[in-house]
Order: sequence, then C-alpha cells, then structure tokens
Amino acid sequence: MPVNQTLATYSDMAYATSVVIYIAAMLLYFGEFAYGRARRAAPERESVLVGAGGGETTSKPAVGHVAEAPKRPLAERVGGMAVSMTVLGALVHLTSIVLRGLATGRAPWGNMYEFGSAICFAAVVAWTVVLFRQLRVGRRDATPSQLRGLGGFVMLPMIVLLFLSGTVLYAKAAPLQPALQSYWITIHVTAAVISSGALLFAGVASVLYLVRSRYENNPLKMAKVGSRLPTSQALDRLAYRTTVVTFPIWTFTIIAGAIWAEAAWGRFWGWDPKETCSFIAWVVYAAYLHARATSGWRGARAAWINIFGLAVMIFNLFFVNIVVAGLHSYAGLPGS
Amino acid sequence: MRSQLATALAFLRNTWRGLTSMRTALVLLFLLALAALPGALIPQRSLNPGEVDKYFREYPNLAPVLDKIGAFEVFGSVWFASIYVLLFISLIGCLLPRCWQHYKALRAEPVRTPRNLARMPHHAETTVDSSVDEVVAAAHRRLKGWRKVEREEDDGSRSISAERGFLREVGNLVFHFALIGLLIGVAGGKFYGYEGQVIVMADGSEFCNAGTYNYDSFRAGLRVDGTQLDPFCVRVNDYHTRYLPTGQAVDFRADLQYQSGDDLQNDAWRPYLLQVNHPLRTAGDRVYLTGNGYAPKFTVTFPNGQRRTQVVQWQPVDPTTMLSQGATKFDPPGVQDERQRRQNQIAVTGLFAPTANYSGTLLSSGFPDLLDPTVAVDVLRGDLGLDSGRGQSIFSVDQSMVANGRLKRVARQNLRVGQEVRLDDGTTVHFDGVQRWVNLQISHDPFEAWVLFFAITIVFGIGTSLIIKRRRVWVRVRRHPEDSARTVVEVGGLARTDQAGYGEEFTRLAADLLGTQDDGSPQSSAVAAGARGRKN
Ligand code: HEM
Repeated sequence: MPVNQTLATYSDMAYATSVVIYIAAMLLYFGEFAYGRARRAAPERESVLVGAGGGETTSKPAVGHVAEAPKRPLAERVGGMAVSMTVLGALVHLTSIVLRGLATGRAPWGNMYEFGSAICFAAVVAWTVVLFRQLRVGRRDATPSQLRGLGGFVMLPMIVLLFLSGTVLYAKAAPLQPALQSYWITIHVTAAVISSGALLFAGVASVLYLVRSRYENNPLKMAKVGSRLPTSQALDRLAYRTTVVTFPIWTFTIIAGAIWAEAAWGRFWGWDPKETCSFIAWVVYAAYLHARATSGWRGARAAWINIFGLAVMIFNLFFVNIVVAGLHSYAGLPGS
Repeated sequence: MRSQLATALAFLRNTWRGLTSMRTALVLLFLLALAALPGALIPQRSLNPGEVDKYFREYPNLAPVLDKIGAFEVFGSVWFASIYVLLFISLIGCLLPRCWQHYKALRAEPVRTPRNLARMPHHAETTVDSSVDEVVAAAHRRLKGWRKVEREEDDGSRSISAERGFLREVGNLVFHFALIGLLIGVAGGKFYGYEGQVIVMADGSEFCNAGTYNYDSFRAGLRVDGTQLDPFCVRVNDYHTRYLPTGQAVDFRADLQYQSGDDLQNDAWRPYLLQVNHPLRTAGDRVYLTGNGYAPKFTVTFPNGQRRTQVVQWQPVDPTTMLSQGATKFDPPGVQDERQRRQNQIAVTGLFAPTANYSGTLLSSGFPDLLDPTVAVDVLRGDLGLDSGRGQSIFSVDQSMVANGRLKRVARQNLRVGQEVRLDDGTTVHFDGVQRWVNLQISHDPFEAWVLFFAITIVFGIGTSLIIKRRRVWVRVRRHPEDSARTVVEVGGLARTDQAGYGEEFTRLAADLLGTQDDGSPQSSAVAAGARGRKN
C-alpha cells in the first residue's frame, strides 16, 4: 500500500508539537513542585512527618484547603495548568500516532521510532489515569499537589525517550516488512507498548520512593525533593499497583510474541536477544512481586528490584534493538 | 547411631525447608535472570555461529575462556539448567503444601468476628429502626456470594463473618503449576521434535520428508533418529518477491503444492501459497519459507561439442541488494580417463547481481529484483577435488586446490544474460538466465499445543491471582441498650492481601448494610470539591 506523504508530514508535525507541549507541562510540574514548597513549608513538614508514621493522614487538611480557599495559590494554578498541558499534549500525540497509522495503512508501531512514540503515549496515559483516579477521595494516597509533584519526574524520561525516537531512531513512514505483516503486530506490540509505558511509570515511582524513604528516615537527607513528594507508603503502593496490573499484560505480551514467532520465524522460542531480554525482565518483575511478599524484602529492596526491571526494559528497547540487532539478522525487525 | 540419623534427617528437613522458602525462590529467580543475561549479550552458537567465530577472532584470549564455561551456549549449559531445575524443585515443594493449606482454608469456617471491630482498617457503625432479625436477614441477602457463617455471641449480639476472594489463591496455584507444565512441554519438544532446512528450486522441484538425507541440514531431538518422519511432499512451482522502489521487500510468496496422508497414495496435490507468517501446517509438521535466492544457469560447451547445463543456488551475501556468490561446477562429459577428467573439470565462480551496478569494473548490485541480471565470473579449470573425500561447500571451490596449482583461473569476465565467455581451448561458458530458489524449514514439535495451553493458563492464572482480592467483612448486630426498638449495626472489613481498592467496595457494602445513603456522606462532597478544583 502506498504511503500518504501528506498525512505522514502532518503526523511528524503533530509529534514535534506534542514534544513541545510535554516540555511545557514538565516545566509547569517542576514549577509547582519548586514554588509550592517555599510558601507552605511549615504546615507541610508537619503533615509529612505524620504521614511518615501513620500512613494516610495527609489528605484531609489539603482537601478542605482546596474547597474553601477563595483563590487558589499560584503554585496550584501552575499545577493545574501542567495537568491541562499534559492532556493537551497527549491529544496532539495521539493525533500524530493516528495520522501515522492512516498514512501507512497499518498499525503505527512498525519500527523503533513508532514504537518509542507509542510507549511514551502509554506512559502519559498511565500517568493521567493515576492522577485522575487518585483525585477520587476513596483511593487517595496523597494530596493532588503532592501527586502532581511526580509529574515532572514522569515527563522527564519520557521526553528524553521521545526526543531520541524523533531524532536518532526516526524512520520515514513506510509499509511493513513481510515478517511484520500480521495481525499479531496489533496484539503483541500493543500489549508491549502498554506494559512498557506503565512499567516506566512504576519504575519512576520506585525511584521516588527511594528518595522519599531516605528523607523519611532522616529529614536532613534529600530534603529539597523528598519533602515535596507523597509519602513513601503512597509511592510504594503506586509502584506496586501499577506493576501488579501490568505484570499479566507483560506476560501476555511475551506469550503473544511467542505465538507470532511460531508463525513468522518457525519456532515459538529461540533465545534470540530480544526474547531473552524480555524473559529476563519478566523474571525480574516476578522477583519484585515475590519480594513484596517476603519479609525483609519489602520496601527499599523491592523498589530496587523494580528499578532494575525498568533498566532491563529500557536496555531491551534500545540496546538490543540498536546495538545487538546491528550485528544480528534481527536488525530489520524493531519493536517485535 | 540414633542421634546421627536424627541429625541427618534434621539436615535434610532444613535443606528442604530452605529450598522451598520464599527467600530461596527469590534468590533463584534472580540467579535465573542473571544467568540469562550473557545469552543476550554474547553471541550464541545455536543462533549465530558466524558471530561466535567473529568473537573468537576479535577476542582471542577471552573467547576460549568463555567457551569453557559455556557462555556461547548459555541455554544449554549445565549451570543454567541447574538454576531452573532448583527453581522448579523449590516451586513444587512450595506448591504442594500450599494446595493442602488452601484446601483446608476452603473448608474452614470464616473466622470469628473480632471483639473490637473499630480496630479493623475499615469500620462503620450506626443505629437503625429495624429489628435485629430484619437487619440480620438483610445482611445475609446483601452478602450473597460470600462464604459466611452466623454466630450468636456471649453478650447476646449476633454476628456474621464473611469471606471472599478464594479464587485469588486458586489463580496463584494454577499459575505456578502451569509454569511447571510449560517447562515440561518445552522439554518434550526438545526430545521429540526436529527441525530441518532445505533449498528447493522454484521450478517445480519437489521435496519429500522421507528421510534426513533429503535435508541440507537437520537438527534432531534427543529421541528422534530420523527414521520415522511424518511423510509429506511439497513441490515449489514458483516464487515471487515484490519490492518497493527503495529495495524494501513487501512480500515473499512461494507457490506450492503439497500432499500428505491419503493424497500420497492417490498422488493428489493441493495448492498452498507459502508466505512469511503463513506456514504450511500438514501431517503434524510445519513448513516455513525462511529464505530465497538466485541460481544462475550456465551452459558449458566443451571443445568436443558436448554441452552441460547446470542451475545451482548461489548464496546471497547482501540481503538488501541480493548480491550473491557461489560456484557452479562441471565435469567434462564422456571422459573415461580419470586423470584427464580431473584436469578438465570446470568451476564457474564469482558474483551474481540481480541488478548490475558497477563501481569501476567491479560488479555490485543496485537492487534486489531481477532488473539487469549480471554475473562477474572467474572460470577455473583443473581438479575441483570433488573426489578427495573431503566435503565441500556448494557455494565455493576448494581453495587448497587453487593454492597447490591444480585448479587454475582461465578466464574472468562480466556476463549479462545471453552472453558467453570463450576459454583458450575453445570451451564456452554461456550465461543462460536465472532461476529462483527458496529455503524451506520443516519443523516438528508434538508438544507445541501443550505449551500453548499452559501459556494461556499462565495468563489467566496470574490475571485471576492479581485482580481478585482476598477480603473479609464482619457484621455485628445487637439491640440498642437504651431503646429496645432500635438496633445497633457495626461493620468491619479487612483485605487479606494488598488493601488497594477494598476501600471503595467496603464503603458501598457498609452503606448497604447500615442502610445509610451514599449521597449525603462526606465522601461524595469531597469528590465534588475535587471535581470543582479541577475545573478552574
Ligand atoms: C518459576 C519461577 C516463579 C515465577 C515466575 C513465579 C511468579 C510469581 C508471581 C508473578 C507471583 C505474583 C502473584 C502475587 O503477587 O500474588 C507469585 C506469587 C507467589 N509465589 Fe511465585 N513464582 C515462581 C516460583 C515460586 C517459588 C519457587 C515459590 C516458593 C518458594 C513461589 C511462591 C510464591 C508465593 C507464596 C506467592 C504468593 C505471594 C503473594 O501472596 O503475594 N513462587 N509468583
């Protein structure tokens, strides 16, 4: 099928626009993070310390604060803008992905560039879902502004990934090569994109958990960042819940990949570098879930395992596709 | 003696306990991940022998050491196997007692209502106008689907203990057992499966799965001796690749006919369009299209007027342009004298370009499709060494024969289709045209369906285990101490696993059980506040 170049060009433009919007959102998140603290230093420190000991106590005063204040402080308005920008960026990003799909007449994740783009979209969606779900009080682990404080840290790696995808990995819109022409690309790669995006978010939550728990153990450490984050308990739970929901999807991804490989490459499992790395990541996440159920391994050690899992995922995405694949016959098959 | 036995038993018991503990499982999982890592970083012999050779050349000191410890065959190495065997022993040791425990848990009554429900993570209490009986009956109705038991307590109040979410543990057990099943299925495939490769000319040539000698290469499972292959035949009638102007392939298609089962007796052939992603599945085997290439056709006319024509596959050296290299070998016909025959064997070697593209006079290929097929050949004459007893590659000549002067180059020329080169003794080599060939892979794995079954079970098992929450709720109902017409209802809740999400369910449950309305509660107004906050 011929590629519609006009649509492909619009897709590229939307991509670039979404990156700019995300950068703005990130700066706004960080703006609230930095500025909000300076104004409300004393009360927050108090609630933080309570939170460190007793768990979910931080939310109530802040809710009252939001509802009653005649005019919201600047920092919170900045935070609100950050969220709006995130949603706007995601919409433009979605447009870019859809246009790419229309331009090529296929699922828009057939090469590294498209794959990276889709993963970032999944990460933004995961982040937005968490954000809005947490606004429902029944589930709340942190105040909205504490939660928004995570935004910048989620956006940062994502923007880096988007930037790399859009430059180093960029590929012109083209039809799929034969091995990728299968409905399994929709099934397998969509699942991979969702899991990678969500695990990216979970990994960031675990990193912040480590920062925060250092701060809670000793309020002099990491005070600048730590004091502004949600409680370590909340971060740990965010990371755990996201991983728990994603683990079955990642399991499914690998199995769907194996089913596809059986049709495309003549065997369902061949320890090809990509398969091996996915397997390793899977085992690491299984270890994370076990660690959460093993006394003495909860907390920091589990968080490190989760971060290690993310490292393997990223390694799998970049190193295996670019460096290892450069040597192997696999080179032409990014994102599978 | 007795005490020694006791010590030994204690040791065994402790080892077993250690091996089946969660901590050991964790460590073993880690080791497994770590052990698989070199498999991704270091080239593996089973996947890419060429890369392994290259590694040996690049790291001549390191490579032999790595080779000793099996780093080039990680997934067949002893240490990799010992980790997963330990892991699976640990798993079995862990699962059996858990099955038993879960069986007991299923039969046990839900635990007694705690004395102080207010201490539970979730708690609510109210006073209603209905009678105790009415409230209890309503609670029973609301808790339909829960495992529950009603008890009369010492102080005269009545309580219901209810539990839910047993499927979680079932899912978890199913998941872990399915892992074992999967491993057994994969191992079965390694024992009873086979895989072979064969090149077939796309000119109506046939391949029959009659014996391993029909294959170019064959990898047999440990319990396969190659005598009882599933009988079927394929015939490759034609082959096409479509290319984009950039040279990217759009599709690979081989026009097949095949026969298996009764068709073999009746000599009936069925058509099949073999494509990537669409293997032919027949007779319990799978046939894949794994490669394609060109076979230049040469006719050699010897000085005595005799002709010989050969079509031999050449090997693609550049997959993007399909530049290929190879050697087409000829015996002089009708020569009885062995020595003379060996002096006049001819090999046509060199490069083939489907679309000629010159840099200077050096031939390369500009495009993978047959737009301007050209060969750059060296014609060698002499002893090809075919009778030396040594095996030779079909893609090249025996270089030792060239080195010791028994095989000499007698011409070098570029030929387009229809052109020929004449040798000093009057022999001509004519480039007639090009034939396509395909590489087929034939695979057999009787356990594949089991592996698929267990894989699907794994997904459902883990999904069930992670989505379902194990949770408890208790209701205590008693007559109001002052006002005997009224009733005090108390509800407490506890999630046995991660608390996440139980809060909402409990809130709804409590509202129903206590008969309080949802919309007036502080919670909904807080939600409204949150929504308002988002808007402006
Ligand atoms: C083959 C390697 C194994 C894999 C891939 C694996 C995977 C998993 C996964 C993904 C979970 C998460 C379920 C959850 O969070 O509830 C889990 C839970 C569990 N696994 Fe394994 N497992 C393995 C081996 C073992 C072994 C050897 C043991 C016993 C020592 C074990 C004992 C458990 C237990 C007790 C749980 C429940 C934890 C909980 O309730 O959260 N697993 N396993």
